[in-house]
Amino acid sequence: MDNRNPSPSLPGLCLIPREDGIPRALFPQETPETYLAQARILGSAGGRFLGLWGAGDPQPRICTAFLLREGLFVLVLPLPKETPSPSFPSLSGFIPMANRFERTVRDLFGFRPEGLEDTRPWVGHDLWAVPPLSLPPGSPVPENLEAGSLDYPFVRVTGPGVHEIPVGPVHAGIIEPGHFRFQVVGEKVLRLEELLGYTHKGVDGMFRNRDIAWGARLAARISGDSTVATSMAYAQAIEQALDFSPAAGVRALRALLLERERIANHLGDLGAIGNDAGLGFALSQFGRLKENLLRKNRQHFGARYLFDQVTPGGVQTSLDDEAIADLLEENGILLAEILALHKIYDDHGGLQDRFQNTGVLLPEVAHRLGLGGVVGRASAQAWDLRADHGGDPYRRFPPALALAHTGDVAARVLVRFLEIQESLSFSRALLEHLPEHSIAESIPDNSETAEGLGIVEGFRGEVLAWVRLAPHGVVEAAHIQDPSALLWPALEIAVPGNLVADFPLINKSFNLSYSGNDL
Amino acid sequence: MWKLLLKIFRTGILTEKRDQPLSQTHPPGFGKSLAIRHVDAGSCNGCELELWALENPYYSLSSGGVKFVASPRHADLLLVTGPVTRAMKEALLRTRDAVPGPSRVLAVGDCACNGGIFRESYAVHGGVDAVIPVDHHLPGCPPSPDDLLEAIHQAFGTSPPSSE
Ligand code: SF4
Repeated sequence: MDNRNPSPSLPGLCLIPREDGIPRALFPQETPETYLAQARILGSAGGRFLGLWGAGDPQPRICTAFLLREGLFVLVLPLPKETPSPSFPSLSGFIPMANRFERTVRDLFGFRPEGLEDTRPWVGHDLWAVPPLSLPPGSPVPENLEAGSLDYPFVRVTGPGVHEIPVGPVHAGIIEPGHFRFQVVGEKVLRLEELLGYTHKGVDGMFRNRDIAWGARLAARISGDSTVATSMAYAQAIEQALDFSPAAGVRALRALLLERERIANHLGDLGAIGNDAGLGFALSQFGRLKENLLRKNRQHFGARYLFDQVTPGGVQTSLDDEAIADLLEENGILLAEILALHKIYDDHGGLQDRFQNTGVLLPEVAHRLGLGGVVGRASAQAWDLRADHGGDPYRRFPPALALAHTGDVAARVLVRFLEIQESLSFSRALLEHLPEHSIAESIPDNSETAEGLGIVEGFRGEVLAWVRLAPHGVVEAAHIQDPSALLWPALEIAVPGNLVADFPLINKSFNLSYSGNDL
Repeated sequence: MWKLLLKIFRTGILTEKRDQPLSQTHPPGFGKSLAIRHVDAGSCNGCELELWALENPYYSLSSGGVKFVASPRHADLLLVTGPVTRAMKEALLRTRDAVPGPSRVLAVGDCACNGGIFRESYAVHGGVDAVIPVDHHLPGCPPSPDDLLEAIHQAFGTSPPSSE
């Protein structure tokens, strides 16, 4: 292909620019050696590891994603079909973050990560007698009768006065389930280890052999708070596979919906963080603003949380002039409210005392882990797909990157405040220049197998989707990656050294998804 | 500080009037104070977002005498979301066993009612009734806060709960 721009530092890997977003492509690797070598090259060229997943029949494979400034690179390593539990080289020796992903692939598919020393199960909890996705879709999966997830061998800290606090999976409050194991001396946390997987719903298995529209409904339910982001990543992946580009109006409306999701979540988080620091005022004020926004969503888009609004080929609702005027008015009111509340937060000594120097994730550590999203940006990692790669409409009204450098709760609060403001001015530009639009077009049919990728900047960070289509719109396999899977290990690093009582506050300032992690 | 107080003053009271606030119906056997223990049995977290909304000033659940409690031992109602994943079955059973009688169980959301979109997956039981008896079901994906208030109201009921 002529219009490819080979990057000099990445031999054999080049991307085609795209109108609808980030340049992205799949790169099949012939042997485990080239897979390993390319992963090392991408890692050392400043690439951020974004996830690793497997797929089974008809061609077993491992896919590994890296995000570079150039775009998204996904290495695909086909595995031998005849071997019952084929092996693949583990990346965790030089990418520690790959650990949980490779254990997930081992739990679900039975593929063996060679070189991975950690033999503990991850999302599978040893619940099944055979890896569930090694069986064809729809077949019953025999249970492992000796399963007992509570026997998980957590790493223990020993010494005088050290004790252990187990928390979860059922937590005290309206929260998703997961288990935290603290090693504590006095009030101070020495070590935190997570055990997730309690919300594992078998999502990757469910995508198999479904039609595109059903897959879109599932994609919207990976993590409810990110429904627009996951739906949009899935839609992009389908559209890339079918070589279809949505109209400018559709792209603008999708971008608007994504910002509404971001604002709603940031409002909720800011209120919850303030509340956990003891300021009930925060919960009611931000709760009020979030509720106002959700009601506008229902009025203009028919759904408070925008479930099923973004579908392959388009969006479900368009806006008339009256709606646009109403949303512009909402935009101005919200901006004034946010500025006032930001001032109150800044001036509140008690809040700042709890926020500053609590749950610090040092910029060097965030860099080494390759973090992005709100957590990464609060630790000086300057990545935001909207500001970096754009595509339309981001290139027309480029949002500014919100950055903070201290990596503590205060920094994560600051990034959220800045992002709401930026998001409001970007949304205003979108509303004022909304292109004439038809809201949905029918997507083309495919006569051959096709693959595609999608990636969007959700409210937590990069949400990634991969699909493989069999002829005539049958989803053969798909995977959606919420950024939470990359951010959970960072929480384990930010908590030690803090008081046990600060854990809820730090945890809230990360606000990670369990469902999006466990899939 | 005065800015904060001024903000509270300017915001005023937003709580919306309901036909039958829970505090006035006094479900027999539960008194005026109703305690809910929530268990997420593997939801997508969409239902949790709407449960959170109940605490905002518009719905102000706690002003009606209803509160979410941290321990199942303090609960009158077990509110369950999610399709009950295999990994959460044990935790759900143990939480239910820790709730003293009289109590009720409310399944919230399509997932909790019948497994929802995840119904056929190998990893879920397909709804709360597949694991523990359920007194009331509230479908929706996710159900709205108004529907949630109504369902909580109904779950406590007007007839005395059966003692266990
Ligand atoms: S009912 Fe819908 S919103 Fe609730 S957990 Fe299930 S998929 Fe999510």
